[in-house]
Amino acid sequence: MSNISRRKLITAGLAATAGLGGVAAAAHLARRYGLIPPDHGGIYGPGETLTYAAQRILGAHAPARQFPRSMISKDPFANETAPPNDAFKRHQAVGFRDWSLNVDGMVAHPASFSLADLRSLPVRSQITEVACEEGWSYIAEWTGTPLVEVLNIVGVLPQTRYIVYFSIQPDWWESIDMADALHPHTFLTLGMNDGDLPVRFGGPLRLRVPRQLGYKSVKYITRITATDSMKHFGKGLGSASPEGGYAWYAGI
Amino acid sequence: MSAASPARNPATPRHTALVRVTHWITVLAFFALLITGAEIVVSHPRFYWGEVGNVMTRPLFTIPIPSSRDTVPTGFNYVMPDQNGWSRYLHFQAAWVAVLTGLVYAIYGFWTGHFRKNIFPARGDRTWRAFSARIAKYLRRAPPDEAEAHSYNILQRTAYLGVIFVLFPLVIWTGLAMSPAFTAAFPATASLLGGRQSARTLHFFVSGFLLLFLIIHVAMVALSGFRSRMRAMITGGAGAPSLTTPEPAPALAPELANQERP
Repeated sequence: MSNISRRKLITAGLAATAGLGGVAAAAHLARRYGLIPPDHGGIYGPGETLTYAAQRILGAHAPARQFPRSMISKDPFANETAPPNDAFKRHQAVGFRDWSLNVDGMVAHPASFSLADLRSLPVRSQITEVACEEGWSYIAEWTGTPLVEVLNIVGVLPQTRYIVYFSIQPDWWESIDMADALHPHTFLTLGMNDGDLPVRFGGPLRLRVPRQLGYKSVKYITRITATDSMKHFGKGLGSASPEGGYAWYAGI
Repeated sequence: MSAASPARNPATPRHTALVRVTHWITVLAFFALLITGAEIVVSHPRFYWGEVGNVMTRPLFTIPIPSSRDTVPTGFNYVMPDQNGWSRYLHFQAAWVAVLTGLVYAIYGFWTGHFRKNIFPARGDRTWRAFSARIAKYLRRAPPDEAEAHSYNILQRTAYLGVIFVLFPLVIWTGLAMSPAFTAAFPATASLLGGRQSARTLHFFVSGFLLLFLIIHVAMVALSGFRSRMRAMITGGAGAPSLTTPEPAPALAPELANQERP
């Protein structure tokens, strides 16, 4: 073996070792700082992980884009939902007066909140855009209780990594990481454009996550769970969306 | 005797290994982006200008195809199957491949002088006269002169320059301007374009220009000798005029130029 090829071999070996070491170090850091999404497995895992990690590094705490009142859409489009089930219809028949939000999981004080309870907490409003993964969008003013207010009351344990939320409709649930869960613009939304939140738009209670696409903002919320792992929820992919082929993280 | 026009030296490929590898990775990523992008458009084949747009607002234009959503009034009595889930996964994964490959290529291009030597128009060619002279030459179907066998002419350079430094950056920017999390961190990326829906419309048109480039590029490759050009981009094409050695051996160059047009 000539000197040159030996030198080449050594260089290549060192480069490969450095490359593998770099990947291993990056993977270790990504796990430590929570930069790996629950649906990181499979052929699209690398792209999904890069997107989620990059967006979390670039702006985990950036405020959602807000708009002037003049830009509120006159005629917002309510996306279709599955026909309401009987449980929802029973609540609707009595004006949602018995609607309750149960909060459990890794919290110090599991609790149940009526809509009136939520209204008695600090209520805020924001003018933000709903952007659907299909491409359309509209702007509305949303009124509600920041999720973080509820999480502070129940006392989320420090090891919590995800907040899981469930619709009253079957098989409709999502989860978000703590960057979005504690974000001041993530609302338990009760009102829209100076009125109650219409049923078509998710009333009486919708979790709005304005820094992600519309499908993360689940309508008709009845339960919230704090957890340190998504392994035991559904197929362990983070939410119902990846089970239907859609990405868990919808920041893009 | 010097066999040995440097241009013919088998050790001097027409395209360097890095250019060849990044070229074909980009081809794969671009096709994935094109197909999945078209698939995503199918779920809402309406385009708008400004910040917002949906089926309740007037579109800038619509593409006359059925949609994969029954909420979109297309005039067709048919709803296509929903393919957005995997399309979106693959679109962003392919975008990462294209961006990271492009980054490697751009660093290489500046570092080695590839851009300076082969892509930026040569000093004497930065005139409208040079531009129109080359167009006239194409129209006459005149064979390339000796220098052109070894390098790109002004029109080729302009096209590559536009793709590398205008269309690719624009398609990345307009794509990111549709991301609610990215625009939360960098709101100007959306507002400078006129809003989210403007970004989406621009993304569509820039992709169209990239597709147009692809069609012309492949057509030109076919016209100038498909096999030798493909060989040059796959194996390096030893024997083909090299882009990496700007000074050709004068005696050989015209023959080589002729070789390229069967």
